[in-house]
Amino acid sequence: MKQRGPDDAYDPEAAMRPLDEECPCQEGMRPQAKLGRRQLLLSAASTLGASALAVGAARAAEAAPPGAVHYDVPEDPTKEQGRPLLADGGYGTRSQFETEVRVKAKNPTDLTSWTFTPLAAQIGNLTPSGLHFERHHGGIPTIDPARHELIVHGMVGTAKKFSVADLKRMPSVTRKHFIECSGNTLTEWAKPTAKTVQVTHGLLSTSEWTGVLFSTLAREVGLKDAALWVLAEGADAAVMTRSIPIEKLLSDGMIAYGQNGEALRPEQGYPLRLLLPGYEGNTHIKWLRRLQVSDRPFMTREETSKYTDLMPDGRAKLFTLQMGAKSVITFPSADMMLPKPGVYEIKGIAWSGRGRVQSVEVSTDAGKTWRPANIENAAEPMCTVRFNCPWAWDGQAATLQSRCTDETGYVQPTREELVRLRGLNSVYHYNAIQSWAVAADGGVSNVHA
Amino acid sequence: MSTLKLFSLAALVLALGASAAFAEGPEVGAPVSDQDLARYFAIQPDGEGLPPGSGTVSAGAKVYGERCAACHGDKLQGVPAAGGPALVGGRGTLASPKPVKTVESYWPYASTLYDYVWRAMPFDQPGSLSPDEVYAVSAYILSKAGVVGEDATMDAKSLPKVEMPNAKGFYDGRGPDLSLYHAER
Repeated sequence: MKQRGPDDAYDPEAAMRPLDEECPCQEGMRPQAKLGRRQLLLSAASTLGASALAVGAARAAEAAPPGAVHYDVPEDPTKEQGRPLLADGGYGTRSQFETEVRVKAKNPTDLTSWTFTPLAAQIGNLTPSGLHFERHHGGIPTIDPARHELIVHGMVGTAKKFSVADLKRMPSVTRKHFIECSGNTLTEWAKPTAKTVQVTHGLLSTSEWTGVLFSTLAREVGLKDAALWVLAEGADAAVMTRSIPIEKLLSDGMIAYGQNGEALRPEQGYPLRLLLPGYEGNTHIKWLRRLQVSDRPFMTREETSKYTDLMPDGRAKLFTLQMGAKSVITFPSADMMLPKPGVYEIKGIAWSGRGRVQSVEVSTDAGKTWRPANIENAAEPMCTVRFNCPWAWDGQAATLQSRCTDETGYVQPTREELVRLRGLNSVYHYNAIQSWAVAADGGVSNVHA
Repeated sequence: MSTLKLFSLAALVLALGASAAFAEGPEVGAPVSDQDLARYFAIQPDGEGLPPGSGTVSAGAKVYGERCAACHGDKLQGVPAAGGPALVGGRGTLASPKPVKTVESYWPYASTLYDYVWRAMPFDQPGSLSPDEVYAVSAYILSKAGVVGEDATMDAKSLPKVEMPNAKGFYDGRGPDLSLYHAER
């Protein structure tokens, strides 16, 4: 049973390397050598396909990237009619010319593994639902919402079960929040490792979530005075469980059924997931089926043996739940190529698990001097912002950094500060300033400044 | 009364009715029976939630060989290619440059071992072990970890009493990382 395997973090650094080393360059900025190799690979694949299958079918199947349908491109779209209504069956697809996809980590089994969001290609602040990062511990279950229930019990006045339809009848809220895996950027503690921003920071995605606040459910069941913790349990093969402080659930915890205007995607917990703004991703239990109210935490496998932070003295922190303020430049970023000196728009993403982003600064000299960046969208609590900052590159080697300050006054630390405080064994919650080196030839790489 | 006023009054009555329905209950959701809850469990460190039953180290050796060894190895050393981590060893490594986290060296509570094995193991047939089998295989793993003797029997009374080697190795990490605000930074 070689494919079978229960675990994940046997070698986190090796596991974070993607199988597919796609370059997230902007158009015209992909290193030429790499483009040549990719073209070669693509044409080789086409030749193989053509020999095995009907030529037309093979070409069509290969031409359409995931999430798209291939259509022949007319010589002049003004000289013939386009496609009629509902040729797509009533659910649209993205353009066949848009090719960005999630890439996966290298693990012994794809049933307990993760995929990275292509951050460099993201347009705007919301991650398309089909590109939201994934972390599964027992595959993606298929759940019929008509047979799914959420049970709320334990230290409550009246234990109740809620159908998905019940929850949709209750007062709802719609809020934008990021989710970040606490393992995001874990390869970068000791030395620069990942090759692209998709792999250094791609366990981060932002969506508009719709659902029922936990506080609304709490009024339905009633909470006993001693209630302090709530166990959340998923309906996947891992039967994932985490203990959540009740003050968090009562402040902004949500049982979400909507994502970006439609139902949750199956890989995001369809039909129900827990949403805990700013908390580490593992606590946002997907396929949520049960909430057990208690007066103490349950000390589940995930919150003891896995998502705990080992400190230099050999002891470990439990329940390091909030994600720290963090930012990253997505353009230019590693594996890209700036074609020539000139003015570029540095672009990136900033976020904090403790509130709104207050400000973002950018440095082009490895942190010696900083300039304020423009914030593109209104800052919301526990939500990403896009930032940009114009930069006249003179053709000399430069080191680009960004630094986020959140509304609590917390300033994103340097890597040196973080390592001094936590050592090199804590694995999770790496939120240090990221450095990208731009070489004189325009090549961009991941470095420690 | 004007039409507009009547309309406003009607809207107010509707709004009050809606909020009252949610406040009064049990309008939304259905009662939960003991039968509903019977299929769920979550084990606390003090043993709350443990089922009846028991298992010995020798019974656990058989269960382990048949259901666990393929992924975790004959000597519980782990099988990286299968994704199964080591379950024993690693004591004294947690403060070293290469910490080895296993049930023996890292896990603070025996209850967590029982809970996790019962809910999610074995990986190819999750949730298929009986309570007796989970007690037995827990006893076997803890025995190989040098935490209990080879003659140990695990049940709802004895399992919570097991003192794990790293039981005192954790502390509550909630709240801001205060060290970031220290003067010497």
